[in-house]
Amino acid sequence: MLAEVDSREPAFEERENARHEFLIRAMNAATTASSAACLHVRHRARRLRPHRHCASLLASAFAAVASLALAQGSTVDEIAKYRDALAEGNPAELWEARGEALWKQPRGPKQVSFERCDLGLGAGVVHGAYAQLPRYFPDADRVQDLESRLVWCMVTQQGLNAADAVKTPFGDGSARRSELEALTAYVVAQSRGAKMNVPLDTPRIREMYALGEKMFYFRGGTHDFSCATCHSEEGKRIRLQDLPNLSTTAGAQKAYTTWPAYRVSQGELRTFEWRLNDCFRQQRFPELVYGSDTAIALTTYLAHNANGAEVQAPSIKR
Amino acid sequence: MRCANLDWRRIAVTSAVLSAIVGCATTPSDEAVRAQATEVMKASFKPRGQANLDRLDQDETQRVCSAYAGHALPGDVAKRIEQDNLKTIGYPADGKLLGDWKNGEKIAQEGRGKQYSDDPAAPTGGNCYACHRLSAQELSYGTIGPSLYHFGKDRGYTDENRRYAYGKVYNAEAFVACSNMPRFGYKGILTEQQIKDVVALLMDPASPVNQ
Repeated sequence: MLAEVDSREPAFEERENARHEFLIRAMNAATTASSAACLHVRHRARRLRPHRHCASLLASAFAAVASLALAQGSTVDEIAKYRDALAEGNPAELWEARGEALWKQPRGPKQVSFERCDLGLGAGVVHGAYAQLPRYFPDADRVQDLESRLVWCMVTQQGLNAADAVKTPFGDGSARRSELEALTAYVVAQSRGAKMNVPLDTPRIREMYALGEKMFYFRGGTHDFSCATCHSEEGKRIRLQDLPNLSTTAGAQKAYTTWPAYRVSQGELRTFEWRLNDCFRQQRFPELVYGSDTAIALTTYLAHNANGAEVQAPSIKR
Repeated sequence: MRCANLDWRRIAVTSAVLSAIVGCATTPSDEAVRAQATEVMKASFKPRGQANLDRLDQDETQRVCSAYAGHALPGDVAKRIEQDNLKTIGYPADGKLLGDWKNGEKIAQEGRGKQYSDDPAAPTGGNCYACHRLSAQELSYGTIGPSLYHFGKDRGYTDENRRYAYGKVYNAEAFVACSNMPRFGYKGILTEQQIKDVVALLMDPASPVNQ
């Protein structure tokens, strides 16, 4: 990972651009003609962030692989191969680097860095912390997932305004990039390879787990959808997209441990709260509030069910 | 909302209603947790676009199907859900069930509609291909529902089958209790004309579904 650097420093920008060129080249190796155009775009637009065109070209490459795979009977193998080819050059690294800088920077009216933030293993300890979240935090008197814990540290330790801290947790298009996505990427990366270990060892986390299970089966909205509508049977897909069966241990382990992910189709790193938020949008529900008890209960349900599996995130997805 | 601050009297009342519906199939603590989960959900969402908080108000079918999810649905409960939903089906006053399969194909392809990110003024899609195979030409289909390829050809182009197809799209719960399929007519997702067009996609001998 990068040393402590100020993201505004020109040398940092330069290094990051060089790193990004490398990442893009690695992706090109896997995507032939479409990514050659992508590289061209990258040379013209020397920006830290993956270019939108790259994202859409890569998305087309994914679609092409998917169509080919259909003819062969399954999309899974081909997409897995493609993902392996990309794993070496996952643009999520850019979010991790930005998150590390944000983590170490004194911030907010109180000019305090996250190095005082306790993610459950002691102040400032990030190594392995994500694999043990959500958990009950006595200081907040609440079960918190990583993202709501980060917000808690921003508000109580750094003195940031609570409403401002969660105003655009998933960014705001091209106008504003999300600090929470970057911070989440950095913290999760420090658990890569660690086994999920979320015990139901307090009454409050037991309560959250039980609520999450019921929420998973809650049918509502105009279309009568619940999480289980799409995620409780083996081998199902929507259009060509394979759906994980989250009602089994193996399914929850595989799905939960690969979030957050760099989403090629969006050119963004997306967190698990984003995943829940966008599932509910497609369920035709109103908008899930960031850091709400429903987000935390569902996360607790899936994280506990994923126990024993190694964190493989931030990963890369279509 | 903190879970500990919930209004337990309200939960007890809701639980009692649920217990009456669900009977002895699930434990009482199950009912209390489900009622609490519903309360927590109502505090965890905010209205956006066309999606208001009333979308979290479950009707009886949604409530009972949520309660039995992951368990076997008892025969008498299934029968009542199907009977109640059967009563909601409104067949066209003009007696015509077959619209234009070309429009039906567009409706089957269109996934937008009713999401808070969708334009409420635009026509709503049926998104049939998300879950079903229909025409042989469309390779990008889902598998949550059964294949409907050759739907009319295999069953026969009869009045009875046209009526069944219309009813199934209008309210799938009338035929299979706790089906994953949305109730397109009953919940106002598709208009009567749109349902006729989808029925044509399934039942018109000229439709690509039947080639």
